Amino acid sequence: MTQIPLLEVEHLKVNYGGIHALKGIDLHIAPGELVALIGSNGAGKSTTLKALAGLQHCSAGKLHYEGHSLHHMPAHQRVSAGLALVPEGRGIFARLTVAENLHMGAYTRNDDEIEADLERMYTLFPRLAERCAQLAGTLSGGEQQMVAMARALMSRPKLLMLDEPSMGLAPMMVAKIFETIRDISAQGVSILLVEQNAKLALEAAQRGYVLESGAITLSGAAGELLGSDAVQRAYLGA
Amino acid sequence: MKLHRPANRHLLLALALLVLPFVIDALFGHGWVRIADFALLYIMLALGLNIVVGYAGLLDLGYIAFFAVGAYTYALLGSPQFGLHWPMYVVLPLGALFACFFGVLLGAPTLRLRGDYLAIVTLGFGEIIRIFMNNLNAPVNITNGPQGISSIDPLHVGTFSFAGQHELFGIGFSSVHQHYYLFLAFTLLVAFVSLRLQHSRIGRAWMAIREDEVAANAMGINTRNIKLLAFAMGATFGGISGGLFAGFQGFVSPESFSLMESIMVLCMVVLGGMGNITGVVLGGVLLVVLPEVFRHGAGPLQQALFGKIVVDPESLRMLMFGLALILVMLWRPAGLWPSTQRRRELMPDESVAQQEQDTVYDSAK
Repeated sequence: MTQIPLLEVEHLKVNYGGIHALKGIDLHIAPGELVALIGSNGAGKSTTLKALAGLQHCSAGKLHYEGHSLHHMPAHQRVSAGLALVPEGRGIFARLTVAENLHMGAYTRNDDEIEADLERMYTLFPRLAERCAQLAGTLSGGEQQMVAMARALMSRPKLLMLDEPSMGLAPMMVAKIFETIRDISAQGVSILLVEQNAKLALEAAQRGYVLESGAITLSGAAGELLGSDAVQRAYLGA
Repeated sequence: MKLHRPANRHLLLALALLVLPFVIDALFGHGWVRIADFALLYIMLALGLNIVVGYAGLLDLGYIAFFAVGAYTYALLGSPQFGLHWPMYVVLPLGALFACFFGVLLGAPTLRLRGDYLAIVTLGFGEIIRIFMNNLNAPVNITNGPQGISSIDPLHVGTFSFAGQHELFGIGFSSVHQHYYLFLAFTLLVAFVSLRLQHSRIGRAWMAIREDEVAANAMGINTRNIKLLAFAMGATFGGISGGLFAGFQGFVSPESFSLMESIMVLCMVVLGGMGNITGVVLGGVLLVVLPEVFRHGAGPLQQALFGKIVVDPESLRMLMFGLALILVMLWRPAGLWPSTQRRRELMPDESVAQQEQDTVYDSAK
């Protein structure tokens, strides 16, 4: 690919005290690409996203975003640069209404298109339009995931990072969420999708990385990964 | 005049607040106007703490320390202690500034703490300030130790002293009346700033941090600065109130800044309704007035019922007070006058409640 990657990660290391959570991983995401990062519990998937969002200190490695280093950029500035994270467990503001949650997503913006974007979110998630006055904490799990995703999109990200969007959801809701992820991707937003549900993630993604014990063991086109013996054995139980 | 027109309602409220000290004076006597003055000071404190606890969700158990810093700043710069008699319009802002500085000083090392851990650190901070005030009399005498500082200059602007008698349009204004108006002006200012902050970008950021700090950070909120700002703003209000307190009392000692005081202010915020300005004001009024009612009422009441004093009114006072707190928290867990958020949480509108009910069953739709 001749295109400059949107995000390039070189040899990223993260330590929690003496524990090496990430042992030097490399990955890149091209503009408009949907990339899946799969792996089992404790492989370092969430840590990777936190490090990219600036919520976790990196002990070594380089992060390049649109050709610039992210090294000294604190988390709150990365949002205005176009990196948005939907945190693990959704992290919705439970005692604020759905509408207030979405407005918080546009915190870094001060243009006059925020209301228009809000309407776009309500078209993308009609369910949320019905419930805009409801406290986000009273929504069902799937609806909360919608709030979290819509809230992240309100910052107009170039790269949307999703941390286990299918976690704890009913199968029907999972299908719906993944449908929306495809929609968002089709609109040109790059997506880094972290999932335990390898099959679903790889079916949606164009490329994938397999993370095991803090290191990337496999990478390639999503279709190839889905068909590879290693992935089949480890994650799909075939 | 139609009462439901907001402008008219505000006018009526303003009028009521203006004549209130005279009504109190006529009905209950001079001492109760003084209690009203204290109520205003406490309302300012409660509004300041409301920013930290109610908006930003940072549990602060040492808030009275900022009141102490403001009070001692005024006392040291306007008393025979150092022979300094700086004017009020210099000392009050200075006190607020010092309090603000101490607010940041407390905030900075506690940025990573939340909930019970933060409460313990702030509790310690409050005690440290009090103990400093208690012991800074040796080797160099700064605070005069446990004896405190007396003969503090009254609040005054130029030659006008709020402690003196004045007459205007044939109406006599005594010290407590004039302080009432001064404190009312400051309280309204603090309430106005609180109100504007609540609906500002900063206010929304505080609430987001209260709900989920990591998510707030991921929204692009500079959580460190915004939290420090909450501590600083809260402390500033505490400092102003403290300065006014010192000038009003004419005397400060470390005794006035005990942990009990911090807890009282916190009770005002929680009992009135965390995050809601009207609720916090109501909490402040009740928690100043109720103990006084018990103090003055319990003796005569027992006298009338049993012909003698059975239980010392002073000890009964705290018992009744504690009971009242428990009852309020049982019946109105969101406070007497909860914020819209808390109200929505505990008693949603009918239509929204119906939606929530639906949510329980049809989440898969």
